[in-house]
Amino acid sequence: MEAPIRAREILGFTLLFLLFFVCSSSPSHNLLISDAERRIDLTSHIVKVYLTLKVENADSTPTSEILLAFPPNHVDHLATVEALVTKGKRKKTTLARLDVKPTELPDAPNGTKYFTIYLANPLNSGESTTLEVLYLFTHSLEPFPAEIGQSESQLVYYRDSALILSPYHIKQQTTFIKTPSTKVESFTRVEPTNRAGTEMKYGPYEERPPYSFSPILIHFENNSPFPVVEELVREVEISHWGNLQVTEQYTLVHGGARHKGVFSRVDYQSRPSLNGASSLRYLLARLPPRVHSVYYRDEIGNISSSHLRTDSRKSELEIEPRYPLFGGWKATFVIGYGLPLQDFLFESSDDRRYLNFTFGCPLLDTVVDKLTVKVVLPEGSKDPSAVVPFPVEQHLETKYSYLDVVGRTVVVIEKKNLVPVHNSPFQVYYTFKPIFMLAEPLMLASAFFLFFVACVAYLHTDLSIRK
Amino acid sequence: MAAPETSTAAVPTLYTNNTLRNAFGGVLSFFILLLIGVLAFSIRLFSVIKYESVIHEFDPYFNYRVTQFLTKKGIYDFWNWFDDRTWYPLGRVIGGTVYPGLTLTAGTIWWLLNSLNIPLSVETVCVFTAPIFSAFASWATYLLTKEVKGAGAGLTAAALLAMVPSYISRSVAGSYDNEAVAIFALIFTFSLYIKTLNTGSLFYATLNSIAYFYMVCSWGGYTFIINLIPMHVLLCIVTGRYSSRLYIAYAPLVVLGTLLAALVPVVGFNAVMTSEHFASFLVFIIIHVVAFVYYIKGILSPKMFKVAVTLVVSVGLAVCCAVIAVLIALVASSPTKGWSGRSLSLLDPTYASKYIPIIASVSEHQPPTWPSYFMDINVLAFLVPAGIIACFLPLTDASSFVVLYIATSVYFSGVMVRLMLVLAPAACITSGIALSDAFDVLTRSIKFQLPGVSSDAEVDEGETNSDTTEARNDEVKAEKPEEKSKDRPSKKSKKKEREHVEKPSAKAKVKTKAEKKRLLALPLEASVVSLLLLIVLGAFYVVHCVWAAAEAYSAPSIVLTSRTRDGLHVFDDFREAYAWLRHNTDVDDKVASWWDYGYQTTAMANRTVIVDNNTWNNTHIATVGTAMSSPEKAAWEIFHSLDVKYVLVVFGGLIGYPSDDINKFLWMVRIGGGVFPHIKEPDYLRDGQYRIDSQATPTMLNCLMYKLSYYRFVETDGKAYDRVRRTEIGKKYFKLTHFEEVFTTHHWMVRIYKLKAPKNRIRGKTMKSKSKTSSTSSSKRSGTKRNPWL
Repeated sequence: MEAPIRAREILGFTLLFLLFFVCSSSPSHNLLISDAERRIDLTSHIVKVYLTLKVENADSTPTSEILLAFPPNHVDHLATVEALVTKGKRKKTTLARLDVKPTELPDAPNGTKYFTIYLANPLNSGESTTLEVLYLFTHSLEPFPAEIGQSESQLVYYRDSALILSPYHIKQQTTFIKTPSTKVESFTRVEPTNRAGTEMKYGPYEERPPYSFSPILIHFENNSPFPVVEELVREVEISHWGNLQVTEQYTLVHGGARHKGVFSRVDYQSRPSLNGASSLRYLLARLPPRVHSVYYRDEIGNISSSHLRTDSRKSELEIEPRYPLFGGWKATFVIGYGLPLQDFLFESSDDRRYLNFTFGCPLLDTVVDKLTVKVVLPEGSKDPSAVVPFPVEQHLETKYSYLDVVGRTVVVIEKKNLVPVHNSPFQVYYTFKPIFMLAEPLMLASAFFLFFVACVAYLHTDLSIRK
Repeated sequence: MAAPETSTAAVPTLYTNNTLRNAFGGVLSFFILLLIGVLAFSIRLFSVIKYESVIHEFDPYFNYRVTQFLTKKGIYDFWNWFDDRTWYPLGRVIGGTVYPGLTLTAGTIWWLLNSLNIPLSVETVCVFTAPIFSAFASWATYLLTKEVKGAGAGLTAAALLAMVPSYISRSVAGSYDNEAVAIFALIFTFSLYIKTLNTGSLFYATLNSIAYFYMVCSWGGYTFIINLIPMHVLLCIVTGRYSSRLYIAYAPLVVLGTLLAALVPVVGFNAVMTSEHFASFLVFIIIHVVAFVYYIKGILSPKMFKVAVTLVVSVGLAVCCAVIAVLIALVASSPTKGWSGRSLSLLDPTYASKYIPIIASVSEHQPPTWPSYFMDINVLAFLVPAGIIACFLPLTDASSFVVLYIATSVYFSGVMVRLMLVLAPAACITSGIALSDAFDVLTRSIKFQLPGVSSDAEVDEGETNSDTTEARNDEVKAEKPEEKSKDRPSKKSKKKEREHVEKPSAKAKVKTKAEKKRLLALPLEASVVSLLLLIVLGAFYVVHCVWAAAEAYSAPSIVLTSRTRDGLHVFDDFREAYAWLRHNTDVDDKVASWWDYGYQTTAMANRTVIVDNNTWNNTHIATVGTAMSSPEKAAWEIFHSLDVKYVLVVFGGLIGYPSDDINKFLWMVRIGGGVFPHIKEPDYLRDGQYRIDSQATPTMLNCLMYKLSYYRFVETDGKAYDRVRRTEIGKKYFKLTHFEEVFTTHHWMVRIYKLKAPKNRIRGKTMKSKSKTSSTSSSKRSGTKRNPWL
C-alpha cells in the first residue's frame, strides 16, 4: 500500500472498509469470478463503469442469480445498473439484456447493498458465463477545492476501491480508470498501478477473497461543466386534433466547484479558454423530428439565444442560458414544442390507444435529480395505464384546460436520479371515444346560439311602462 | 351593398322603406364599430409580433407585479399589502397608494377566464389589457361623438381614435399602464355626461357617476374630469344655457362621484380636501343658486321677483363673502395652496423645474416639441380647427363641451408631453366631426349637381347620396356609413311606435334641410377634388399611424434590437442581469440602483430595492443620488448604512445605448444636491458642460457612478472609447477598493457590483484609519446636512 502522502491523509477520514473482510455467511451459492475487468470513465460528470465478469459456478447446484455488491454511499448515487450476457460462440456473439433488481440480504457486511442479476438460463455446475455490466453514478465527483475563482480550473476527487467489491472470490481482476485530461494531481497507488496518458491501470490483482476492498482516491482536473437539472417537469398534452404539445420546465444548476468572488466579463470574453473553462455556456437538447413551434423562455420572457436545427431524423435545439453558468449558479427556463400526433399516438390491438414517447430529459449529458412526467390525456379518456421500463412512482391528477368541464386525466410519473440512459420510450394506454372531440366546439356553438337568441328575444320584447 | 338598392328599387311605402334603411344602417354601424374595435386591437399587436408577448418599460412591471399579487392573494390582502421589497428600509403601503383600477380590471379578466377554464397566464392578460381597452375607448368615442354630431361623425371619430399614434404609444400590447384603461374611462365618462345632458335622464347620470368612479380608480388624471365638467357647466350657465338637464347631468355627478371617489383608498379624503376638487363644489353651489333662481322666477310674478332678487342678493352676497373668506383662509393655510406638486406644475409650467427636480427629470414630464405634435396626432392637428368651427354650426350644449375639452387639453398637452394622451381623444372627436361634415357637404354638393338626380324626390336623397359616396371612395371603408345614417336620428327598432309619431315632422325637417343644402352646394369639380384630397389625407393618416405603431412605439424597451448587415442583433441585457440577480443572489439581498430600474428589479429579479419609480420619498432618492455622486468610500458608507449588498448600474458606452446612467447622472447630482448640499452640481461640470473625457472635473472622474460604469472598460478596446458620448473617457485605469464586480451582462449594458465586506477590526489599524477618516470627513461634512442613514 504505497499511496502518495496527500491521498493518504485524506484516506484517514474517508470511508473505512475492512480490508480482506471475509464474510462468514457466503451467499447461497458458491460462485466465483474467474476474470473481472472494470473500466471507469471519468471524462464527464456522470461516472460510467463497464464491468466484464466471467462467472463460474463452483457449486454443485445450478443457479440463475448473480449478486453485485456496492458500498452503501455509492448506491445513493447509482443511477442505473444494466447487465448483458454474451451468447453464442466466438464471432456470432449476441448480447441479451438481463433483469437486474435491488436485493436486500439479511447479513450484509457494513451495510453493503446488492443488486441481483437474473440469468435467463440457469448456470449449471461447473459452467461459466460472461456478463457485461454497466452502471452509472451521478454526483460522484467531489470538487476540491470546493470554490474556485473565474480563472481557475476545476479539480475533483473520485473515490472508489482498487478492488472490485464482490461477494464472490475473484481470481483475477484489473481496473482501468480514464480521466478527461492528463492533468492528475494525485492518486492512490495500490501496486501494481500504472499511469499512461489519460488512463490509469490498477492491477492485475490475483486471488482476492470476497468483500475485498482497497479505497483509492483520484484528484484530477475535470473542466467539463456539470449540468444538473434539479427538477424537470415535462408535460405532454395530447390533443386529438392532431397535436402533441410538450412543455418542459427546467431548474438548471451547475453542479461543479462553486464560483467564488469576481465575475469579470472582460476576462471572460477576451480569454475564453482560460477564464471560466468549466462554465456552462450552452446546452444541446435533442428533440424528436418534425418538431414545430419551439419556444425557449423563462418567467420574464423569451430568451433569444437559441438555435434549432432540424433534419428528417432528429431536431437539435441549441440553447444558451441568459448568462453563462458558473459553479453553483442557477437558471430556470421552459422549453416547449409541438409534435405531430401521428408520430406518437397509436392504436393497440385491444382497441385502446397508446402514446409512445421518450422518458427522460432531452438535454444531452445531463443529470436530472427529479423528473416528473405528466401526460395530459384528452378530456373524456378512460382507464389510463402507463408502462415504463424501470421502476417509477405513479399517480393520477386532473387538470382543467381550455373550456374543460370534467377535466382531463393526467398520468403523473415521477423518478429520481436520471441519466441519459433513461431516455427510453414509455407508453401510456387509454381509451377515448372520438365523439368527445366535438364536445367543446358544440359547447361554444350553442353558447353563441343562445347569445343570439337572447339578443333577438331582447329586441322583440317591450319592457317600457308607458304605452 | 346590394340590399339598399333593391329596397329603393322596389319602392314600397315610405314607412317600410325608412324602417328598412334604419335597420340596415344600424346593422352596418354595428359591424363597422366591430371592425373598428378589431382595428384598434390589432394595430397594437405589432409589439407582440415583432418582439414578444412581454410587459414593457418600467411602470407596467409594477402594475404586473401588483396584479400577480392580487391574483395570488386575493382582494383583501391586496388592500392591506405592505410591500417590504421596495423603498428599503421604509417599505411602501401598496394598497393605499396605488390606483387600483387597472390591476383590478386585469385581475377580474383573469379570474373570469380562469373560472371558464381558459388557463391564460396573468402575464398574457396583462399584455393584452391595453389593446382590449383601446377597442373599448374607440367605441366610447363613437358614443360621445354620436351624441354631439350624429352617428356619422361618431364612426369617423372612432376610426380615427382607433389608430391615433399618441394613444397607441401608451396602449400597445404589453404597455400595461394606468393610461391603458384610463383613456377609455375618460371618454366614457364624458360620453355619459353628454348623454345625460342631451336626455336629462337620471339613469345616465348615475351611470356617469359610476364611470367617473372607474376613472378615479384608474388614473390620477381624473382631476381633469372633475375640473372640465364644472367648467362646462359654468360656461353653460354664463351663456344662459341653464336647463334642468344640465342640473341632472351635474348635481348627481358631484354628489355620487365624490362619495364614490372617496372610497378609493389612494384618493380618500383628498376628494373633498384638495384644491383640485374645489372647482366642482363651487360650481355645485352656483348651479343650485341658479336653479333656485329659475324656480323662484317660475312661481313669482315679475314684480315680486325683482323684490326677491334685491333681497336675496344683499343677503346672499354677505353669506358668500363669509364662505369665500373661510375657504381662502383654509386654502392659504396649506403650503402648496392645497395643490399637489404635479397639478401645480400643470398650472405653472415652470414650477417643477424650479422646485421639484424629480418631476422635471422624467422625460415624459417635459413640454413637447412641435414635431411631436405631428408625430402623435398627425393630420388631426390640421383638422381640429375645422372641427371646432363645425362645433359652432350650430352650437349646442354638447358641442360646446367638445370645444372646451379640446381647448383645455391643447393647453395641458403643451405643458407635459405625457398629457398629449388627453389631447388625442379630443383631437379625434373634433377631427371626426370636421371630416364627417366635410364629406357630408361635399357629397351632397356632388349629388345636387349630378344630372338627373336633383329632380328626384327628397326622400331618396340620403340613399343616392351614400351610393355615390360608395362609388367614389370604395377604399376608405370607415367613412362609408356616415352619410347613410347622418340625417336620421338613429333609433332602436323596438321603438317603432315612437317613430310613427315623429315621422311627419322628420319628413318636414328633411325637406327644409334639403332646400337649405341646395343653397350651400359647392361647384361639382371643386367638391370632387376636395373629396379626393380628403381621402388622400385620410390615407396619409392611416399610413402614418401604421408606421408609428409598427416602428416607433412597439419596442418594449427592455429588449433592444438593432439591424445590421449581418442580420438582427438582439440586446437582452436587462433581463440577463435581472435573471442573474433572481437566481444567484440571496432572496433578501438589497439592490441599489437609480430609481428608474426599481420596478423592474422588484418585478423581474424579485429583490428588494432602495428606491423605485414611485418617487414618493425625495430624501431617499436623494440619498441614492448622493451615493452615486460621492467618491467610492463615502458611497460605500452610505450604501452600507442602507444594508445594500449589490449596486446595479446601466452602462451604454460599449454598444451606444444612450439612456444609460451616465447620461442620467446630472439628475442624480441635482436631486442629491437638493437635499444634501455638499453635492454641488458645478463640481461635476467643466465650464457648464457635462463631460467625461480628459477635460472632466476630478469630482466627476472620482464619483462612484463614473467608476462603476467604466471599471475595466479600457480593456475592451484599449482606448476606452465611449460610443454614447463619442469620446475617450478621462480616467482609464483605476481600481475599486470597496466594490467588486460580480456580474456584467453580455453587452455590458448592466453591471452589478457587490459591496465588499467591511474589514476586520484589528485594534491598532482601526484606531489609525478611524482617526484619519474622521478628521477628513468631519472637515468635509461640517456645516452640511448629514446623511440621515449614517
